[in-house]
Amino acid sequence: MTPQKRTTTVAAACLVVSMAACVLLLHHIDEIRPQAGVDDTLYINSPKVIQRASLGFNGLMACVYWTRAVQYFGYRHAQNERTYNELAPLLEIATALDPHMIPVYQFGANFLAPAPPNGAGEPARAVDLMQYGIRNNPDNWRLYYDLGFVYYTELRDYKRAGEVFELGSKAPNANPFMKLLAAQMAEHAEDYATARMLWMATYESSTQTDIRQNALEHLRSIKVDEAVTSLQNAVTRFIQQSGRAPASLWELAAAEHLPGIPVDPDGNPYELSFDGQVLVQHPDDFPFITKGTPPGYKRSGLAKFHTKD
Amino acid sequence: MKARIGYIAANTFREAVRDRVLYNLIAFALLLSGAAILVGQISIDIERLVVVNLGLTAVSLFGIVIAIFIGIGLVSKEIEKRTLYTVLSRPVRRWEFIIGKFFGLAGTLVVNTFFMAIGVFAALLYVTHKFSVSDAFILVALYFIVLEFLIICSLALLFSSFSSPLLSAVFAFSLFVIGSFADDLRGFATLTHGLTRWIATAAAYLVPNFSTLNVISAVAHQQSIGAQLIVQNTLYALFYTAVALSGAVLIFERRNLK
Amino acid sequence: MTAIEIRGLEKIYTVGFLRKKPRQALFPLHLSIEDGEIFGFLGPNGAGKTTTLKLLMGLVFPTSGTARILGREWTDPEIKAQIGFLPEQPYFYDYLTAHELLDYYGQLSGVPAKQRKQRIEEVLVHVGLTDVKGVQLRKFSKGMLQRAGIAQAILHDPKVIFFDEPMSGLDPVGRREVRDLMEQLKQEGKTVFFSTHILSDAEALCDRVAIIYKGELRGVGAVADLTSTVQGKVDLVWQGTQVPASIKALGAECHVTGETVRAVIQENQQDAAIDALRRERLRLISLTPVRTSLEQYFVEKTQKADSTAGAAV
Repeated sequence: MTPQKRTTTVAAACLVVSMAACVLLLHHIDEIRPQAGVDDTLYINSPKVIQRASLGFNGLMACVYWTRAVQYFGYRHAQNERTYNELAPLLEIATALDPHMIPVYQFGANFLAPAPPNGAGEPARAVDLMQYGIRNNPDNWRLYYDLGFVYYTELRDYKRAGEVFELGSKAPNANPFMKLLAAQMAEHAEDYATARMLWMATYESSTQTDIRQNALEHLRSIKVDEAVTSLQNAVTRFIQQSGRAPASLWELAAAEHLPGIPVDPDGNPYELSFDGQVLVQHPDDFPFITKGTPPGYKRSGLAKFHTKD
Repeated sequence: MKARIGYIAANTFREAVRDRVLYNLIAFALLLSGAAILVGQISIDIERLVVVNLGLTAVSLFGIVIAIFIGIGLVSKEIEKRTLYTVLSRPVRRWEFIIGKFFGLAGTLVVNTFFMAIGVFAALLYVTHKFSVSDAFILVALYFIVLEFLIICSLALLFSSFSSPLLSAVFAFSLFVIGSFADDLRGFATLTHGLTRWIATAAAYLVPNFSTLNVISAVAHQQSIGAQLIVQNTLYALFYTAVALSGAVLIFERRNLK
Repeated sequence: MTAIEIRGLEKIYTVGFLRKKPRQALFPLHLSIEDGEIFGFLGPNGAGKTTTLKLLMGLVFPTSGTARILGREWTDPEIKAQIGFLPEQPYFYDYLTAHELLDYYGQLSGVPAKQRKQRIEEVLVHVGLTDVKGVQLRKFSKGMLQRAGIAQAILHDPKVIFFDEPMSGLDPVGRREVRDLMEQLKQEGKTVFFSTHILSDAEALCDRVAIIYKGELRGVGAVADLTSTVQGKVDLVWQGTQVPASIKALGAECHVTGETVRAVIQENQQDAAIDALRRERLRLISLTPVRTSLEQYFVEKTQKADSTAGAAV
């Protein structure tokens, strides 16, 4: 005869109900509680202390902090936060624990340097991080790329960027575009073609989803900027020729012998304001454009990152 | 029924005491007073931080070790020594035995923690010379640590109901470590895709979440803890303990005591 | 009334991890024990005695079959208040004193506090542990532990008491005490069920016995019935070392041990033998009828089982 059936049924029911309750409660608790590393409450900021506290399990702790860094940034970015104070310490701790964790440097270059809300806005610290990485991994061309990237995109120090790209092109197995980029820095740093080259390089050489998405967004925005510039030039030509602004883009298209109204990468046609400004229909869809936004436009809401081009 | 559970609990407590478990308090007292005196002489501004951090961490670690070491033998020792036979030949239900053992061990830890709490506050008073309002939240941290103990006790008991002491210790300790990184486990899970994501997320929820019960850092920095968190944490700990105890009861009910 | 009724209790263990082999620890057992009797459960080690007891106590779950104790299902927890159990070579909580141990068990058995106090004192006297009631059990000798075990088994005044090898590890004095105690329990109207492999104890104590071998019941009956086959022989013991020729002529087996001689002769020869002794002026010490001992019955049942193994199914 089997053991007391009643006890079994009660215990089984209790187990199932309690487990369900646990899961539900954890959900609630997540909401009221700052997630580890997400809130600005990283008490131990010193990599040295954490290293000692890791009891020798540096590698594992490095992974933990790296994961926290990604989560921290991702979560706050999704909430459209403007401060990311803990990102630099988290990345610094991770690399202090494991200086050879290359993906961390890449992440730092892409998200530590840019201004909020798409980055932490700390380009100087990003440079420090890259240089630390290079010191510890002198033969890894990617780190030179990341450093050059920071100089180019945020600090606009094209001379230094060129130097770094040049240095990096000499590293073993360096990607050929390093040399190309070095050359471009000299004369054509501010060209759209150069920017495109750089972002393509980032997109192709990284395997991290966040970084690729970011690069994609930049490429889209470059397309828009280029298109708007070229259209704006056409408008100027039109005004010079006919003495007035075109009534609509149709008129401009006809004058320029274009097959139709140009469309942005999302397929929406560009627009023409009453005073001859070329505008993008939905500026919010292109977080990094510098042209084609109406005057007094303030970026609102979340930066919507597309998942695939 | 309740009386029997009480008797078993009392006996378990008595066993722990006579096993000289409470002597750990001496080691704890030495550690804490040594630290307090040292820190009081070295530097300024972080004495409170050190005493609270060290004190609460020691309470937590000492307790976890005791919970695991005693917990793993709760059932297996009685089977090995056959003391269980004379107990179960009496009108004691098997589930009463499990629940009684749990309360005995939990009770031991609560008493232990009570004395340790006095030690922590004494050391704190020594270095800061007076209490502030925020020190009340140290009590909350201690309460959360007790909740951790409940979970660990129930897990140790669960493993003890079917496996050898050594294996039980390994399992219980592993769950404690993983549970302390529960948040990170959830973080890892969000970075994966597909089936792995399901498995990782399931694991992250199954594992006892000790990160939420660990507010030592916050309290050391004199942060306050919300009432809602206290309530939710209490419920979580109670339900999780219920899961482990139900499991222990289910296993023990059908166990052939060779 | 039947105190214990075992209806086909069976236990098969599956041994092995990957290739599970079944091991039949107990074949379906049918047995009835009456109220107020001392019942002996005999068998060599590994025969299934302890398995049977564990099944009855609910420590192990049967593969099939049921049992009734005092008219209720054996799994009924309330029944446990009416039964006592002494396991084989027991340990107890060695950090407790005898008094604390009995108090704890009394609590678990539901004996009310006031009654408990009194009862503990009584029982301690009964088993002769009053002097050491404040001593921790870790300091007890084997014999003392056994007595403590008996104490906890009878503490709550149960109607049926189960003993598993109660004499094991005891010196002759201890065994005598346990025997006396079991006799006393019977006089108090209790039912005693005990397992043992020492036949002389069973012979002395039991009203009825069952013999179990390799998990199977081989024989049940009253001791007197099982051993009553009077062989018609007589056991003659006299002083001295002489064996009279006339006794030798009777064809008797004679053994000289020390200062006495022992001879086994036919019953109808006993008068002639006594005359022979008187003629030789040898002093007769004893004259007893020879009965089959329980041992012989036992050996017969178990050895016969071995030789006919497989034949009876």
